[in-house]
Amino acid sequence: MSETVSSPSTTPSTTPQAGKRSIRWPMILLWLGIFALLAILGWGLLNTNATRPEVGQNAPDFELEFFNGYEWEGLPIAGLDDMRGRPVVLNFWASWCVECRYEADLLEQTWQKYKDDGVVFLGVAYVDTEPKSLDYMEEFGVTYPHAPDLGTRVSQDYEITGVPETFFIDKNGVIRHVQIGPMNQQLMDEIIPQLLEN
Amino acid sequence: MLRRNKIARGLLLALLLTLLPIIVHAQDEVTDDEVNEIAKDIYCPVCESTPLDVCPTLACDDWRELIRTQLSEGATREEIFDYFARQYGDGVLANPPRRGVSLIVLWVLPALGLILGLLLFAWLLRGLRRNPPAATAATPASAPSATPVPTGNQSLDDYIARVEREIGE
Repeated sequence: MSETVSSPSTTPSTTPQAGKRSIRWPMILLWLGIFALLAILGWGLLNTNATRPEVGQNAPDFELEFFNGYEWEGLPIAGLDDMRGRPVVLNFWASWCVECRYEADLLEQTWQKYKDDGVVFLGVAYVDTEPKSLDYMEEFGVTYPHAPDLGTRVSQDYEITGVPETFFIDKNGVIRHVQIGPMNQQLMDEIIPQLLEN
Repeated sequence: MLRRNKIARGLLLALLLTLLPIIVHAQDEVTDDEVNEIAKDIYCPVCESTPLDVCPTLACDDWRELIRTQLSEGATREEIFDYFARQYGDGVLANPPRRGVSLIVLWVLPALGLILGLLLFAWLLRGLRRNPPAATAATPASAPSATPVPTGNQSLDDYIARVEREIGE
């Protein structure tokens, strides 16, 4: 009995310190990990809830690699920054889109009408196959620059709701009008002169 | 007899020459099953959560046609997936490649969550072992080498000491 009472096997003053020392790093790692996890989740949520660019806001920049046979001022690849100082009509379309066919001729005619005033028309083929896109462009005889939306990056940045959809961007890169659905002549003749005036 | 043989050989040759392009074409033709085998791992670009092999939209028709064309040109399954990812983004693939956001969302986050969960579990377990609940703390059986705390009751202390000794033996 005296053995059990008089021979304490551990010193109480050393045990908690050793415990604290061993537990500190896992705790730090744990909290760092939790913060990292929350940061990544927050970043994901922010990206998911990225708001659609509205009228009055700066148009997201983009870079387009045009289809073979198309170019913008001699460039096979061009971005919105290159077009600064000129109004831009950015039209999203697809060969499988029936409504896009209603506006294809109108867009070409309007481009022909305003091209000498410096208006830039751009066609972006949304989730379309290249052979079908080329057939479509040949069918409607479109001459302004067209490009595929590689990786759907442009349509994601502009958060389009479908096709056709057209963004009217002024000389300063600000969105002035968004048309969801096919365009009509009256609307084009109202908006484009306003873009040229601004 | 000799002449008849010559005619027969000529006819056979003509028949072979006629059938050869058909046979070659039949071998090159890509079946719907072959197309769908790849299409089932690609998702429709315009309707959510619908695999390409069962999607009825025009856009999906075009994509299946593109797969057929690429297969007939000798493209492998991986080459076709790479092409679709490059053209339309990783999001159209049922099994996105391990890069960029897909890598973070599908691989890094779950792994990080698992590691954190294990760390948390280990930490809680450790805490429990260091500070056992009152009922178990009073029982010296879990720690035979620890010094028993005198209870003040002589007979109980003797009993605990005896149990300690016997466990020690």
